[in-house]
Parts: sequence; structure tokens; C-alpha cells
Amino acid sequence: MNEYKPTIGLEIHIQLDTKTKLFCGCSSQFGEKPNTHICPVCLGLPGALPVLNEKAVEYGIKLGLTLNMKINKESTFYRKNYFYPDLPKGYQITQYTIPIASEGFLEIKTEKGKRKISIQRGHIEEDSGKSIHTGDITESTYSYIDFNRSGVPLMEIVTYPDIETAEEAYHFLVLLRKTVRYLGVSSGDMEKGALRCDVNVSLSKSNTMGTKVEIKNLNSFRSIRKALEYEIKRQTEMLKNGEKTIHETRHFDEKTGATKPMRTKEELNDYRYFPEPDLPPLLLNETFIEDIKNSLPELPVQKEERFIRQYSLSDAYAYEIASSIELADYFESIAKATGKPKEVANFLMGSIMKFLNETEKTISEIDFDEKKFIEFLSLLEKGIISKGIAKEVIVESLKTGKSPKKIVEDKGLIQITDENKIEEIVQQVLKENPEAVSRYLAGKTQVLGFLAGQVMKKTKGKANPQIANKLLTEALNKIKQ
Amino acid sequence: MTITDLPISSLINKLRNKEITAREVIENYAKNIYEKEENIKAFISLDIEKALKRAEELDKMDEKKGLLFGVPVAIKDNMNVKNCETTAGSKILKRYISPYNATVVKKLKEENAIIIGKTNMDEFAMGSSNENSSFFPTHNPVNYDYVPGGSSGGSAAAVKGEEALAALGSDTGGSVREPAAFCGIVGLKPTYGLVSRYGLIAFSSSLDQIGPLTKNVKDSAIMLNAIAGFDPHDETSVNIKKEDYTELLGKEIKGKKIGIIKEVMEFNIQEEIKEELNKTISTLVKLGATIMEISIAHLKYALPAYYIVAPSEASSNLSRFDGVRYGLTLQGENLTSTYELTRTEGFGEEVKRRILIGTFALSAGYYDAYYLKASKVRKMLANEFEKAFETVDTLLLPTTATTAFKLGEKKSPLEMYMSDIFTIPVNLAGLPAISVPHGSDKNGLPIGIQLIGSWFKEKELLQIAYAVEPG
Ligand SMILES: [Zn+2]
Repeated sequence: MNEYKPTIGLEIHIQLDTKTKLFCGCSSQFGEKPNTHICPVCLGLPGALPVLNEKAVEYGIKLGLTLNMKINKESTFYRKNYFYPDLPKGYQITQYTIPIASEGFLEIKTEKGKRKISIQRGHIEEDSGKSIHTGDITESTYSYIDFNRSGVPLMEIVTYPDIETAEEAYHFLVLLRKTVRYLGVSSGDMEKGALRCDVNVSLSKSNTMGTKVEIKNLNSFRSIRKALEYEIKRQTEMLKNGEKTIHETRHFDEKTGATKPMRTKEELNDYRYFPEPDLPPLLLNETFIEDIKNSLPELPVQKEERFIRQYSLSDAYAYEIASSIELADYFESIAKATGKPKEVANFLMGSIMKFLNETEKTISEIDFDEKKFIEFLSLLEKGIISKGIAKEVIVESLKTGKSPKKIVEDKGLIQITDENKIEEIVQQVLKENPEAVSRYLAGKTQVLGFLAGQVMKKTKGKANPQIANKLLTEALNKIKQ
Repeated sequence: MTITDLPISSLINKLRNKEITAREVIENYAKNIYEKEENIKAFISLDIEKALKRAEELDKMDEKKGLLFGVPVAIKDNMNVKNCETTAGSKILKRYISPYNATVVKKLKEENAIIIGKTNMDEFAMGSSNENSSFFPTHNPVNYDYVPGGSSGGSAAAVKGEEALAALGSDTGGSVREPAAFCGIVGLKPTYGLVSRYGLIAFSSSLDQIGPLTKNVKDSAIMLNAIAGFDPHDETSVNIKKEDYTELLGKEIKGKKIGIIKEVMEFNIQEEIKEELNKTISTLVKLGATIMEISIAHLKYALPAYYIVAPSEASSNLSRFDGVRYGLTLQGENLTSTYELTRTEGFGEEVKRRILIGTFALSAGYYDAYYLKASKVRKMLANEFEKAFETVDTLLLPTTATTAFKLGEKKSPLEMYMSDIFTIPVNLAGLPAISVPHGSDKNGLPIGIQLIGSWFKEKELLQIAYAVEPG
């Protein structure tokens, strides 16, 4: 047991998925040609002024409410002043003294149980442009700047240093990402920069706070977990050896899995915050907030619990299915239409998920709708197809878009239930496998499985397994007598 | 009487009646420009060819529409005009061509005004004499040895020199009214939020307001009709009902209550200006108005508060001039040195001084003592004005404590700052105010009388101004 207790805090930037930027009408679409979504406002041209995007405010409130935060009816925008080439105005418009949302929590579930992680604040701000350096930042002789990202709305969520393990930090982030996706306020894609996270961690023996170390360059949840694990170990060892940790910013190296002090000197920045004179205070009325509250969807954890209750799904299936709103919606509509939630869950988590993973598609990209699912389950239920064939039918339908019935007809996959036909094949199998037959007769009844497999092979899996088993046993018993 | 003597309404009438053509109008103004501009130096950029072309287009129109049909206007060079150089009087923006129109420019064009050029100004509107222009100082058309005032000195000089019929200026602490007073024309600073700031290169965002400089009060009202109104591109612009600001001009002012600010009279004011103020009071009394003394107790704190708020905002507003995307760039060995070289070379002394003051005032540990305190003074001043307007309709005071001074005469920044002592409180409170020319001193230099109205009471303010305007 580690005698030093880690204290971890997260600062998460979430890109709000609005059509236009925070203060101008430019598209906030990601991945377009550089510098195509720009205008006087987001380029910081002389004389241009910001106009607040109401949708971003709505999304911010949605997220704030979901994270159990208080929505401040009056919040203010501030200017955070610093020079950087990708910051066109020389200041970032952000919130400072009074953010749009404050004091909340998110309840996470780990192996150790449930825990509430407290959140200090959530504020709306604009993103900067993107610097593209040639080579290493410290040696780069010139850089490119893409202003498409300049002015894209962000919500920054700051937790209290409430998190105690790398595992908890990971779970917090996974749940937060799930939540923003559920709300439809952000894609939450870390690789696209729609979710960015800085962490700070300190260790201490008693209840006093240790020395805070910040970690940057964390590009995936996995990196965050690894960086934290590394950092906790590093600091523990230092403290055990009687060394002191220093307040610093460290860089995570993906390749080595280690954190290193930042090479560039962290300048002591005085951001000279002051109220943004171009924007009046943001005033929100009760009904606006209330309307948003009433429009909030069911959240991942609630949905998961309901799936277990309502459809008797296993914990694992409920968790998996509820992890994505698209998957959950798909499951629920099919489960309702077919009235067979368990079967639907089985095929969804089995063949369908496998297909999605292999083809790198999402559930919304496939065409296996209610009608097809009903048709499919009824083929199975009526014994027209076997369970083994069923998987093949689903995959074929996912690939070609053909209906299950059509596939079964075209490929002649209909189950053989004709006892005479199966009897014929049983006799063939017994003739071709005298050794197995004699072993069976000698009391090794487990060979029955092998023989049954041979029957299935000969019928390309189409023989009804129950009938095949029955006829095989009967035939063998006849020989015995 | 020549064409360039005509005020806006008479000129438009003659154009509509086809007594004259728009081309003739521009030709007449161009003639003045050719004759006087060499001495006045009101313009940073001029495009008479373009103005003539536009005039010909207007002459071809069957319907002579627009509040400013055929009116030659000059625009202060801190307002963006699409495809034109827009410098804000600074080397750092020399040859910067704007890709868009300021809302006021768009509005002027919609009213068929003809833009004749962009006027000289103190760099980034920081100054009271136009001597802080990065390019050259403008001279007062009344006497070339004297400054035209600032920072909209070029606009005031252009109108006084009849190089343009009307002009736009911007007023952050008196930059429309002071040059209007020095040059002997009318300068109006509207209520904060009445005119869109979109496209005005910001000096101090919470104080800046665009206003017209004109020959007379009526022209001022017509210009305001053209440029006032809510703009969805400016969140600080106010959505109020459109008004006709000429409506009350000439209506009797009997029963109006005019306030004289006690604290103003405690300042050292040039004798001749006091005399003109008294003459104005007599006129008002004769017209049936009542004169009352009122108090704005914190008036003396206006100047220090202003010199915290304005430089603070300016220090942030001017950060965008970094040599990265537009304007002057001096490449250094690294990013920091590029910033340093560009800004050292691109900004003038006064701009640098204010950036330093503002940066200091906003610094951690000083913010509360300076910026926050200044903001409190602003609020107190606004409250005192609000209280005053419960009893009076308009306040009467000088625009400036002295008439224009000679170029190079004022040496210290503080001396210069004092020029705006009577205009600054208006900006801090966001009120509308107008400077009306009223007589001159023994050297023949014009005197300006200032009237302050309550928020969004421009119509009533212009009514009083019209009444005191010498015939
Ligand atoms: Zn834009």
C-alpha cells in the first residue's frame, strides 16, 4: 500500500459541436482546407467585434446541468491577454470570475464502487487557431497557422483535486465523453482535439496538499492513465527517498511512457484578465434554463440501469449497449419491435458488433432495421434457419443489405427438418465412420458429438440439430441391439 | 454662394431639383482640396477619381434617393472602408487594405453619400492635437499655425476647410467635440450604443463612439439619422426605436431646464470662453429656458479614471498588431524579437506610453487598485449624472478650457491630457454631447460650447443645440 496519497485534478476542454463559431458566423467544421473558415472576427482584423453564439450557451448549460452544476444567471466574459501567433486578437475571450456553471459533480463507477468526483467550474471560451510547426517546436524555423479552429466554442470543465487514482481519472473521462456524446454537445473525439485534457497530480502523506505537477501532451485516455501511473510512481519514489518534488509542467512521451520536464521554459504569465468590454454580461432567464433542463436526454448510467431492469440484460451487455446513444437507441427500437430484448442483445453484441469492428462502421451506418430484424428472428424461431446459419445470414445481410429471407432463399440455407433426408445422411455418416461407431458401441458415448458434427458438415449446417441428434442416437441404438 | 457653402439639406434639394449635378459637387470640393490640402493636410488617403465616378453613377439615377444623396463625406482613418487603406494614423497599419466595410460606412453608402477620403488622426485616436499622427500633423484651417484638435482633427479640418461637407469621427474622451470646438464646427458624440462600432478600430471599447462633424446642428442631425441604429454585429449597440433627429429642430425650448455644473466653473477657463458661455446662457433665458446650478461631485476624478480605463482597454485592443497576420512586420531571430521589433517600430511614443500604463494597471496585484477603482468612479459619475437629469434636461459647459493651441506648443503628455477635461466625463458615463461653435477669441480662434443630454435623448439635445447655435 502506498503511504503517499495521490491527489489528481483534471482540466478538460470540450469542443462544443455548434454549426458556427462562438463569436462569428464561420463554420466550426473540423478537417476542412486550412484557412477557409475565416472572417474579420475570427481573424482578429482591426475593428471586428464578437457576437455570442446562443447555441454554444445552450450547449454549455446542457453540460453544466448534466454535471449537476449550478447555472449562473449572470456570468461575464473576460479577456485573457497573451501573445501567440495562433491567438489573433492577442487575447482569448473566456470566462473568469463568474463562469456559466459552477459547483457540481459526476458520479463514476470503478471496481471499488461508486464515487462522486466534484467539479469546480465550467466556462465557455473560444479556441485559438492551430500552429503547425515544421519539426520540433523549439527548433522550428517557421510555422504555419490554420485559423479554421480560431473562435470555435469550448467548454472548460475543471474538477477539484478529488481524484485518487489513475483508474478513477480514466473512468471519469470515459464517462464524461459518453455524457457529452449523449447530450449531442460534442463529438468528444480526442484524436480530433474535440476533447483535450491537462492533468495535475500531487502526492502527500497527510491531508496537506503536496506539490502540484502538471502534465501536458496527453493525446488519449490511455496516455492519461499511463502518464498518471508513471507520475504517481515517480513522485512516490522521490518522496520515499526523502527528495522533494517541484512545481513544474511535465511533458508525456507516448513512446517511452514517461513524463519529462518541459524543455521550453514555462514563462510566468500574467494574463491581465479584465471584463470583455465588447460583450455585455450574459444574462439567462429562468425559463430558458428550465426549457433546457426539460429537454435533457436520459444519461448513460440511468439508461444502463434501466436496461438491466426493463429488459433483464446482463450488467456487461447493459453497460456496453448504453455506452453509445446510437447503439442504445438501435437496441431499444428493435427490442420493442420484436419483443425479444435478450435475443436482440445477443445478436447485437455478437455478430453485429463483430461486423462493426471489422468494417470500422458505426451502428448508424448499417442497414439492418426493425423489419429485417423481425424477419430474421422469425426465421430462427420457426426453425427455418439454425442458430449456426443465423450468424451467416446476419453478416450477409449487413454486407449486402439484402433481406434475411432473400438470403436464405438465394443460398438455400433453409434448415432441413425432413427426417427421411436426415436419416439418409445419418446412415451415410455411420457407414463412413466405422471406427467412431465401434467406439460408441464400446461405451464412449461422447463420440456422438463428432458424428453429429459430420452430419452438419454434410448438410452445410442446414440439418436441424435436434432431429440429427435424435436420428443418430436411434440409429446407433439399433446397431447396438 | 458657392456649392461648398451649402449645408446638407440645401445641397440635396439642389441635386434633386437638378439645379446641380453630383459631379459638379465633387468637382467643387476637389477644387478646394487642390487649393488647401497642401496646407491643411486633413487626409491620409484621398480618392477623388473614385468619388467622381460615384457621382456620375448618382447623376444617372432617376430617383435621387438617400438621406445623404451626393453628399461628399470624409471618414476618419480608424473606420474600415472596403478595399481602401485603413491605418488608424499608425505606421503599423500603413498600406493595410481592409477587406470589409464598417457598419457606419455601409450605412453612409446606402444613403448615397460619396466618400471622398480618409482623414488624418492621432495614432489609434490617442491624442488631442493630431500631432500624434504617425504620418504628419494636420493644421487648423482657421489658422495654419494652430492644431485642429484631435484625435478626429483631420475630419474637423476637412469640414472646416470645405474639403468635405461632413465627416465621421470617433470620440473616446472628446475626440469629436474637441477638434470641432478648435475648428469652429459642430461635433456630436452620441450615446454609447446608439451608433454601431463594428469596423471602428478600437481604442477603448467601452468608451469609443462614432459621431458626425458638420457645418451646423441640422447637418449633424441628418448625419445621425443616417448612421444611428442597432447593429447585430455589435453587441453593445442598443436596439431602440428609430427616431428622426431633425424632428425637434426649431421647436421652442420654453420651460426647458438647463444645468450648469458647479465643479466645471471651478476649473481655470479662458476668459473669452466664459464670456461665450454667458452669452449662451442669456440666449437660453431669452428663449424661456430655466438655468439651474447642479453638482457632479466626482467630476475631478474623471480624468484620472479615464487614464486608467482607456489605456487598459487599449493595451489589450492593440495586442492584435503583432506583425503576424497584417500590417508592419519586422522579422526578428525568433517570435519574441519579431514582436518587439515590429511593435517598437510600428507604434509611436504616445501609443507605447498608453500600452505601458494599461498593461501596468491590469497587472496582477494592481488590478483592484487601478482598473477596478476606476470602474467604480465611472459608476459613481454615471449615478451623479443620472441624478442631475432627474432635474434638468441638458447640461451646459465649455467644450474645452482653452481655444486651439499652436503646433508643438504643448510639451508634456499631462498638459495635453488636460485638453479633454470637460469632454471625458461624458464618455465615462456613456452620455450624448455636442459641441456647437460660439464666437471666437482675440486671435480669431473658434470657441466651442458643449451641451450634454441624457442617455438616448439626442433629439432633445439637438433641439437645444439648434436653439443656441448662432444664426
Ligand atoms: Zn469567423
